[in-house]
Amino acid sequence: MRMELIQPFIDAADAVLSDSLQSPVRIADLAMEEDTYRRKGVAALIAIKGDIEGRIILDLSPEVAVRIATQLSGMEVQATEQVVRETACELANMVIGNSVTLLNDQGFRFKVFPPEIHTSEEGLASSVDTEALVLRLETPCGEVYLNIAMHYLRRRARERDTAPVVS
Amino acid sequence: MAQFAPLLRKDHQPVRYLVVDDSVFARKNLMKMIEMFGGEIAGEAGDGLTAIAEFNRTKPDVVLMDITMPQMEGIEAVERIVRQHPHARIVMVSSVGYQENILAALQKGAKHFVQKPVKPEVLYEILRYVLSDDPSAAGAPVGVPVALAGEPRS
Repeated sequence: MRMELIQPFIDAADAVLSDSLQSPVRIADLAMEEDTYRRKGVAALIAIKGDIEGRIILDLSPEVAVRIATQLSGMEVQATEQVVRETACELANMVIGNSVTLLNDQGFRFKVFPPEIHTSEEGLASSVDTEALVLRLETPCGEVYLNIAMHYLRRRARERDTAPVVS
Repeated sequence: MAQFAPLLRKDHQPVRYLVVDDSVFARKNLMKMIEMFGGEIAGEAGDGLTAIAEFNRTKPDVVLMDITMPQMEGIEAVERIVRQHPHARIVMVSSVGYQENILAALQKGAKHFVQKPVKPEVLYEILRYVLSDDPSAAGAPVGVPVALAGEPRS
């Protein structure tokens, strides 16, 4: 996977989590994943389409989600399934939204879709076209995983750049 | 927790807000900030279509609008609301903050943009600006948040 596609996710995850949790966050592990994705807890999936296509999954345990929800809301929250899902989706939304903003600044154009909870045990496998990168982040509330599988569509970007301008 | 001077309408009533976001979590966070600013929740919505209906029903002073939502996205909702209500004051609140998105929202009639994660002091300043910008609505809020001024308030 191209480094310029990865770096915005690392930077955004670090910035958003540190900022939201008001504490430093550590990138504990960064690895390419060749096997089929298996979720670790509650997973929020966001799809992207355009010059870059694929999906990003933010994955965390229910316990970590509740601790993060408590930190974000500034008060004790009940450990309900809805709170856990909402926390996963909103964290994914913020991390991935900030990442794609950075990618857009680099000239990549694509559309982001609202987060969905990924409930199946398995997800998309890596392939020649779609490599998956797993980022493990250590936060004061526990571990958060980002699983990034996407590929760059050079043809689509070229078509966009050479398309005649119609006023 | 930082304290803020209340943002009030010209008639000294609380500013009424419509909060639009598909995330209940994000809506709650924004509503908590609105409470800190002395505001009142006129309504809430989880998508653009509901936002339009809620706007017509509640006639809020300010709308806080997410962009990426199911059914109808925030930018389209802004366009439809502003077409019917040219003086609507809508602030976009989104994690996707690239220039095309911001420009599109402003061209459709949004007054401002704030990127998530939202910091209360940033949102407060934007609301202060948006409210004081339009003389037909009130606002003219005075004072700065203690977080910015660095002075404790009782």
